[in-house]
Amino acid sequence: MRETEIAVVGAGPAGLCAALAAASCGAAVTLIDREERPGGQLVKQTHKFFGSERQDAGTRGIDIGRRLSERAMSHPGIRTMLECTALGYYADGVLCLEQNERFIKLKVKRMIVATGASERMLAFPNNDLPGIYGAGAVQTLMNVHGVRPGDRVLMVGAGNIGLIVSYQLAQAGVKVAAVVEALPKIGGYAVHASKIRRLGIPILTSHSVKEAHGKEVLEGVTVWRLDPGWRGIPGTEMRFDVDVMCLAVGLSPLTELLWQAGCEMKYVAELGGHVATRDDNLETTVKGIFVAGDASGVEEASSAMVGGRLAGYAAAASLGYCPDFETKKKQALWELAELRAGPTGEKIRKGLAALRGEAC
Amino acid sequence: MLERTGVPTEEDLAKVIPPEERRKRGPYAVFECFQRIPCDPCYPACKAGAVKPFDDINDLPVVDLDKCNGCGACVAACPGLAVFVVDETFSETEALVKMPYEFLPLPEPGETVGCLDREGREVCSGRVVRTVKGKDKMATPVVWVAFPKASCHSVRHIALRRGVA
Ligand code: SF4
Ligand code: SF4
Repeated sequence: MRETEIAVVGAGPAGLCAALAAASCGAAVTLIDREERPGGQLVKQTHKFFGSERQDAGTRGIDIGRRLSERAMSHPGIRTMLECTALGYYADGVLCLEQNERFIKLKVKRMIVATGASERMLAFPNNDLPGIYGAGAVQTLMNVHGVRPGDRVLMVGAGNIGLIVSYQLAQAGVKVAAVVEALPKIGGYAVHASKIRRLGIPILTSHSVKEAHGKEVLEGVTVWRLDPGWRGIPGTEMRFDVDVMCLAVGLSPLTELLWQAGCEMKYVAELGGHVATRDDNLETTVKGIFVAGDASGVEEASSAMVGGRLAGYAAAASLGYCPDFETKKKQALWELAELRAGPTGEKIRKGLAALRGEAC
Repeated sequence: MLERTGVPTEEDLAKVIPPEERRKRGPYAVFECFQRIPCDPCYPACKAGAVKPFDDINDLPVVDLDKCNGCGACVAACPGLAVFVVDETFSETEALVKMPYEFLPLPEPGETVGCLDREGREVCSGRVVRTVKGKDKMATPVVWVAFPKASCHSVRHIALRRGVA
């Protein structure tokens, strides 16, 4: 059976940083991702990141992804397995993988789960019409494959993803008819919202999708205003003739591996759904299994990178590597606290407090 | 309001547009960054030391307009595309605004463009004075546009007129 000291599942921002941190301490790392190239969602983030210099602020996501991937791929301590899916983890430390239709067993001493998140769907009549996409899919089409998803788009969701993808659609020359948001407030950063308003794209808060129209494919969408009880108000309907509707209504952590491994899971709405209970070192209730990134709670990529780094050092330290772990941990925790300190971090702070069982 | 519309209010703007005395002295940066977010690249970008160091990365940027020379380095560096340099002394009748522009094709110097306000409405015509592409192809280009002075606090984007009859 193949062996490794630390298996990192998922080579997105959290997984890449976890693998690099662990390997930099001397641990033997196997980095696993089901895509054909590492980088996770970074490969399609053409906008510049926030955060500070320590987290590569002002650098575009794709550049950060490229840089981290190159470092991981060329690191002698990291073995990368791409187009490889993790299927299950067993109590004796065996991680089962599938690659090229072959079943592989990997004996691991530690595992870091950095599997990311999946997009949420929205319920409305005709939501299965071709032309209705998740925002991530639209970003992949445009920014990875260079394909325009359509001519006219209605964006649903004014969180950062909805705002950023609207901006990127406009950059690709696609008309964005409007951004619709059910909440009374824009959830994403105000600067992202201002960026798309300047382009003449309206943002309709307290509005939601009533129904989609079309026979074979999407031809239009009716939206309406919501009352404070989230019910649509008859008479406020507006129809948009669009061939694409893009849903950016939130992400849910991808946690199958953690459930299957028997980690204690808790539902925390602020973190996007069920997440694993863990300690300060991001170690779950199953000894040797760590979590990082969106899989541990949906957040910005800058925090995912710091969390990944922390999990990587912690896993390495638990194997006897990383003598200055306490210093590195302090630094990471300080950076995380800083990234989460402002009003935009309030949701995460609440979620993490709830996860720890504290009232907030 | 900003939270609901994405457009800064008059009140928001009053906090970042300098007093007339400073405006008459030459170009100045306007930081339209009104929400505490974890972000600070404008600080290291400013070589003139006009952006004060951030105690907390979530702080709003604070600019010393006596030190600001209007160079526009912060315009290209800000990931929120929230900084503009306004020069009301550009000419008798025109103001010059340096604004971030991440669209292709880039406008050429001398080109006439539509000048848009914060809601994307065209308010006047402008003339491109310069297009600064930045060091590498991923940098945010900065376009310098001259247009009638009266609109210098409202124009924040441009629309190319190519192919429009
Ligand atoms: S315009 Fe130049 S001097 Fe003024 S704040 Fe920006 S970077 Fe500093
Ligand atoms: S870089 Fe831009 S968005 Fe970030 S704090 Fe400075 S002005 Fe605000």
